[in-house]
Amino acid sequence: MTKRFDFKRFVADNVVVVIFLVLTAIATPISGLSANYIIQDIITRIGRNSFLVFSLLLPVMAGMGLNFGMVLGAMAGEIGLIFAVDWGISGVWGLGFASLVGLPIAVALGWLCGSILNRAKGREMATGYIIGFFMDGVYQFAVLYLMGSLIPMRSLAITLSRGYGIRNTLNLDSVRQSLDNLAMVKVFGFNVPVATYLVVAALCVFIVWFRKTKLGQDMRAIGQDQGVSNASGIPVEKTRIIAIVVSTVLAMVGQIIFLQNMGNMATYNAHRQTGFFAVAAILVGGASVTKATIPNVFVGVVLLHLMYIVMPRAGAELFGSAQIGEYFRDAFSYGAIALALVLHAWRKRRGVEIDRAGLRRNTVSPDAKGGKA
Amino acid sequence: MPKPPPLLSLQHISKSFYGNPVLEDVSFDVGPGEIVGLVGENGAGKTTLMRILFGMPVIAETGGYGGRIELDGAQVSFKTPFDALDAGIGMVHQEFSLIPGFSTTENIVLNREPMKANAACEVFGDRMSVLDRTTMRSVAEKAIERLGVKLDPETLVSEMPVGHKQFTEIAREINRENVRLLVLDEPTAVLTESEAEILLEALRRLAAQGISIIFISHRLHEITKVADTIVVLRDGKVVKEAPSEGTSVRDIAAWMVGRSVEAKRPDLATRSFGEEALRVERLWVDMPGESVRDVSFSVRSGEIFGIGGLAGQGKLGVPNGIMGLYAGGGSVTLHGKSVPLNDPKAALAMGMAFVSEDRRGVGLLLDESLEWNIGFTAMQIRGDYLKRYLGGLLKLRDEAGLRKLAEEYIELLSIKCTSPKQFAKELSGGNQQKICLAKAFAMQPDLLFVSEPTRGIDVGAKELVLKSLRHYNRDNGTTIVMVSSELEELRSICDRVAIVDEGRIAGILPPDADIADFGLLMAGEVKEEAAHA
Repeated sequence: MTKRFDFKRFVADNVVVVIFLVLTAIATPISGLSANYIIQDIITRIGRNSFLVFSLLLPVMAGMGLNFGMVLGAMAGEIGLIFAVDWGISGVWGLGFASLVGLPIAVALGWLCGSILNRAKGREMATGYIIGFFMDGVYQFAVLYLMGSLIPMRSLAITLSRGYGIRNTLNLDSVRQSLDNLAMVKVFGFNVPVATYLVVAALCVFIVWFRKTKLGQDMRAIGQDQGVSNASGIPVEKTRIIAIVVSTVLAMVGQIIFLQNMGNMATYNAHRQTGFFAVAAILVGGASVTKATIPNVFVGVVLLHLMYIVMPRAGAELFGSAQIGEYFRDAFSYGAIALALVLHAWRKRRGVEIDRAGLRRNTVSPDAKGGKA
Repeated sequence: MPKPPPLLSLQHISKSFYGNPVLEDVSFDVGPGEIVGLVGENGAGKTTLMRILFGMPVIAETGGYGGRIELDGAQVSFKTPFDALDAGIGMVHQEFSLIPGFSTTENIVLNREPMKANAACEVFGDRMSVLDRTTMRSVAEKAIERLGVKLDPETLVSEMPVGHKQFTEIAREINRENVRLLVLDEPTAVLTESEAEILLEALRRLAAQGISIIFISHRLHEITKVADTIVVLRDGKVVKEAPSEGTSVRDIAAWMVGRSVEAKRPDLATRSFGEEALRVERLWVDMPGESVRDVSFSVRSGEIFGIGGLAGQGKLGVPNGIMGLYAGGGSVTLHGKSVPLNDPKAALAMGMAFVSEDRRGVGLLLDESLEWNIGFTAMQIRGDYLKRYLGGLLKLRDEAGLRKLAEEYIELLSIKCTSPKQFAKELSGGNQQKICLAKAFAMQPDLLFVSEPTRGIDVGAKELVLKSLRHYNRDNGTTIVMVSSELEELRSICDRVAIVDEGRIAGILPPDADIADFGLLMAGEVKEEAAHA
């Protein structure tokens, strides 16, 4: 193997990243936004979003693709926050309380989701996506009808005037940015939410450590070949469920961190796009359905959100309408997902062709003459 | 010197699948440190025997087996492969069971990794302990050293040559502390000659360390070189158990294929052929499990050309590649005109027809009527049985024509069915095969490929199928290329028989050649001659 840097190959392997780099490089100057504004916004958004994106890593490692089912975790986190607000627990304690309430829900939902995915091997992504839709219905039932009727609610401020069900928008003032503001430090004039970053850093350390454990090794083995793993005695199904449970729990915490930064919560919509944005981010960061790393998460969050910041303004400057920029933004992020998925299939095909060339090369005897290949 | 008590003793093992006997009264012993070479054609029962030994669930699901297996003199009966592993039996399969993105070390210790416990284990159990990479590596190095081969413990499996993958697998099996018996199923099939040499050397080393080995291979010279005892299976019975000393490759080849019936072909002298019809040069086909690497042959017009060989060697890939069903390359000409590869429609349009070995998948439209099935390809490719309206803009099926065609062939091939309207899936295997033939005949092909025409059908139907092929050739002068695993069948009907081994033609023989010569070709023993054939 040569260590020589092959530019063409590098671009081919990272084409999604390169496209996003080029797009934002063009759009940023057009938007006319100041560097300070952009950097501050990016710093905030890394803290807000990266934890959610991290929740995707383990299922990819276990060969289950991108876990669209993480929205289940997001719902669990939201239920936790509803209770935290209802009980009037404020500040970081409120976040901790929300996580504690969300934990058993996330574990249960993750276990359910993992068990279903075990029956849909090879179609995990589409199945996970649909489970998300289904659970959204269950969530609505619970929040819209059970809360306040079957499940006692104390705060009138968050229940609908009819006496049961939660209001459309939940004001999270009591916990608003409590984690971010726990240790807000000014660095070169930028506000850096150190506490949030520490939580994300702790998660990174956890993931690095987890890869070294027996369970992590088993997940990597299963991700590459379930048959071989099974034959060597690794409990394949159980391990896959664990991967989804951990992912769901992380998504639960991630959604709480996300919402505390936003400061309010669209009770019935907040989780709908969570899976989609997280998946878009990690793919934009250069991950594929079978391989995702910690740098992928950070590169993806930075690039995707850079585009989110500059595109509407660039649209406004170019076409006189921010709306057009928004269209672009949506089109490109959906396009990134489509492109990344197509590229994955394409690479697999290319692999087959390389193998085929190998079949030919090793075997044609040197004395054989004539004939075109 | 008295023989030491055997480590493994198979006694009167018998097994049948759905009333079909696959193994009958198979008995042999494996002594400690002994290498037993197990040979036999496909379907001789080698795989089934090993499945029984390993307690594969499929055996119990199909009604268990008869006889006894003794390990160290005590009867054993494994419920799952894990029981067999615990008892110290290791198995190296034909296909690699390695994790491609893992290193040699990680694969050798797969799921037996040495670990260091930590606080998290107290709460979440052992799986949270961290892998002990240093010990892992030293364990792997020890296994590699025991095998006596050169392997880099840190190379990824996906980046190593096939030979090293095979060594990694064996190293993984002998890494178990208690391993006493190793079963290797065609371990050299994917290896180059020099790699195979090293492997055999490693096996001898292991045997010297007291590990018994059952070595399954169709490369007979390897068997004679490495085995202490040779056991030959044929049609589910042990036909020969002989010490390898003094046994020649030719003997084994004859035992392996030799039914005593001599092929008498008085008709051969009277057969005459036209000019060259099909010419195949340097064909390669990427058909999974049946890859063709480099095949050249030519068939004359009116000839019945047979292609035989063991399963997995690539004989099935030849017709499938020429007909464009699997990706391939090389040059194929039919009557001097070049046949485009990877394009089934063009191949059919040139006047070639194919009766596939995959009867239910490729051969038939299972949920359609017989008349549809018979006329379908002719309708699609040649535009037969279509009525044209509006100057050909609108084409409708000619139902009456299809019906007539179907009735004609049902009678000609004596297909047992209630009516031409019956669904193809409702017929028996033999009658389905006749439908496939009728479908090909309806194309009025210039050249007919027939692949495994008698697989899975009963004796009576077999005769009929072969007879109709022979008659079709005689009456229409159609050139036929017939691929079959049944050597006897090829010898009874073909004018010449080519044997495919490892994706190449090992040799072409007249059908009345000595059976042992066929056996030698199948075992890949006469490679030099292939170049001249």
